Amino acid sequence: MLNLNSRLARVGVSIAKHLCTRDYTYTRGARNYCLKPSFQKNSFTNLYKGAMFGKHNFLSTFSNNTTEGGSEEKETISVTFVDKDGEEKLLQVPIGMSMLEAAHENDIDLEGACEASLACSTCHVIVMDVEYYNKLEDPTDEENDMLDLAFGLTETSRLGCQVIATPELDGVRLAIHAATRNFAVDGYVPKPH
Amino acid sequence: MLKMRILEARRWLSRSFSNILHSEPLRVCVVGSGPAGCYTAEKMLKARQEAQVDIIDRLPTPFGLVRSGVAPDHPETKIVVNQFSRVAQHERCSFFGNVTLGSSISLAELRKLYHVVVLAYGAESDRSLGIPGENLKGILSAREFVWWYNGHPDGRNLDPDLKSTDTAVIFGQGNVALDVARILLRPTTELATTDIASHALATLEESSIRVVYLVGRRGPAQAACTAKELREVLGIHNLDISIQESDLLLTPADEEELKNNRIHRRIFELLSKAATSRPRHAGQRQLRFVFFRKPDSFLESKDSTGHVSGVRIEKTVLKGVGPGKQIAVGTGEFEDIKCGMVLKSIGYKSVPVDGLPFDHKKGIVPNERGRVLSDTSDTAVLEEGLYVCGWLKRGPTGIVATNLYCAEETVSSILEDLEKGVLISSTAVPKSGRDGLLKLLHDRNVRIVSFNDWEKIDSEERRLGSLRNKPREKLATWNELLTATSKGIDNFKR
Repeated sequence: MLNLNSRLARVGVSIAKHLCTRDYTYTRGARNYCLKPSFQKNSFTNLYKGAMFGKHNFLSTFSNNTTEGGSEEKETISVTFVDKDGEEKLLQVPIGMSMLEAAHENDIDLEGACEASLACSTCHVIVMDVEYYNKLEDPTDEENDMLDLAFGLTETSRLGCQVIATPELDGVRLAIHAATRNFAVDGYVPKPH
Repeated sequence: MLKMRILEARRWLSRSFSNILHSEPLRVCVVGSGPAGCYTAEKMLKARQEAQVDIIDRLPTPFGLVRSGVAPDHPETKIVVNQFSRVAQHERCSFFGNVTLGSSISLAELRKLYHVVVLAYGAESDRSLGIPGENLKGILSAREFVWWYNGHPDGRNLDPDLKSTDTAVIFGQGNVALDVARILLRPTTELATTDIASHALATLEESSIRVVYLVGRRGPAQAACTAKELREVLGIHNLDISIQESDLLLTPADEEELKNNRIHRRIFELLSKAATSRPRHAGQRQLRFVFFRKPDSFLESKDSTGHVSGVRIEKTVLKGVGPGKQIAVGTGEFEDIKCGMVLKSIGYKSVPVDGLPFDHKKGIVPNERGRVLSDTSDTAVLEEGLYVCGWLKRGPTGIVATNLYCAEETVSSILEDLEKGVLISSTAVPKSGRDGLLKLLHDRNVRIVSFNDWEKIDSEERRLGSLRNKPREKLATWNELLTATSKGIDNFKR
């Protein structure tokens, strides 16, 4: 079973490679906050279509992209997601891909309400090892503004859309915050006027 | 003992029942299609394969405050409608717009039609200050003003007068207050390419307002806004920001508060930086932060037109009322600010419907993790099959994502009740759900706006927008909205 999973992940990777080249600039752009968000960013949106409810996404992206040709190998790193129930999932993530994209491609339940335009905090992940956290570039002011509003914020919290796979991150473990358990404690409640 | 047995029997029944349920749908109705409603529908569809979810909304347009609350110059915050659209288009989900709870259909009727009813219709009214002069002309609630510039069909006729004065006072320093201030002060050339309602843009283009006061009861360490919004307003081109440096002195109690609150700490830093390092732009538009002042009364203009001419505010000091919590109390020192316009941004308020328990003090529906309670007392009982989510459940605070967690909580309560058999008496009976709703609405001549109809509105708005270099031009009257849904159908008259 494990074997099958990792194989599936690898197939995912080769698919992702194509998607990645197409969407990469968009994600990086968001990092610099210079991009003009628009509702017509369909390539990115399509990536998410179906991801919410089923696994059809996987197949449909596959058929969309096999025709585009090209099959050179791309380097990947290992990333482990620990979901809300503590379950672990090991992924191979291509260099340059954001953790939000990686999660969605692998049916990991990580929200991404603003589709990586730095306008929400729903893709909040916790870097489980501080050494890995320190390898990341510091969050920008804009990312920090959103992290302010993340539920269950920790010292090593980041937005999944802003963590991009690089060789140094090989082996990183990311936890998805279990929101409901801590709703009352961590919930952001602005003080009354 | 007997009770235990009954409970066990119920559990057994519900378990064997949930096996049968796969053939019999679980009928769920969500009232309100804003973030709370959409997230509730999404979580419900995901959690239960047999769930069939209908979302009703009183407007012909879905998405609630994402459409009519989020500021036009925040398009990135509205991207979440992509996700909400996928929810509404899910094969087990339907959207019925232009259906008003309380007039098109009563709550009692809905509860008869559905196993589970989740109320997520938000807060469509305003808290009031309750001070003299509040009804003078020129005093608006921020909600009305936001509806107006966001093209809400009920805000179309607000027609605020922005030409007879150069000064506006905003009470409140939360994100809505900052949105409103930004819309008043931002160059209209920058707003022109957003989805702002064209009637609002035209009025703003002629606006004579140059000075906006943002008045808060407490200090810069307690401001209720978030960093993104503050950073944005501080960054407006050619805007002169004024913050009293003396207001930035922190007491030990303030420091304690800041230590434990990352948002407030970062807000305070932004304000301090703005107070000291900001170059002055003389003669330009001004934004003045006024801290430690509470509204006392409104002043009427001398020409007896019933128009506001100023506000009287009272200086406050902070008083500790518990660990990390300070409230503002008046000092008896008053001052006046002359102004021709006042916007009250002191909080939205929910409105109950017939047959719905309501806590008027808190302005919410009494609930236990989303389960509606019969009243606010200790002896309250559960209202079977009735749930609540979003602002109606927890009050008008938080951001879009807050509703994600709020919906998770409500849906987990529903699932728990299904599992434990609390809902057994109602789920044991098949309910007519969608068919029953449609029949009833048809009999009452309610013109339902489906999600397909909304897509017609949507594409018409985008088409009109593209002619003006805007992402969309909102149809801002009921008539236009309903007409757009019938494009291609002749002889349609409302």
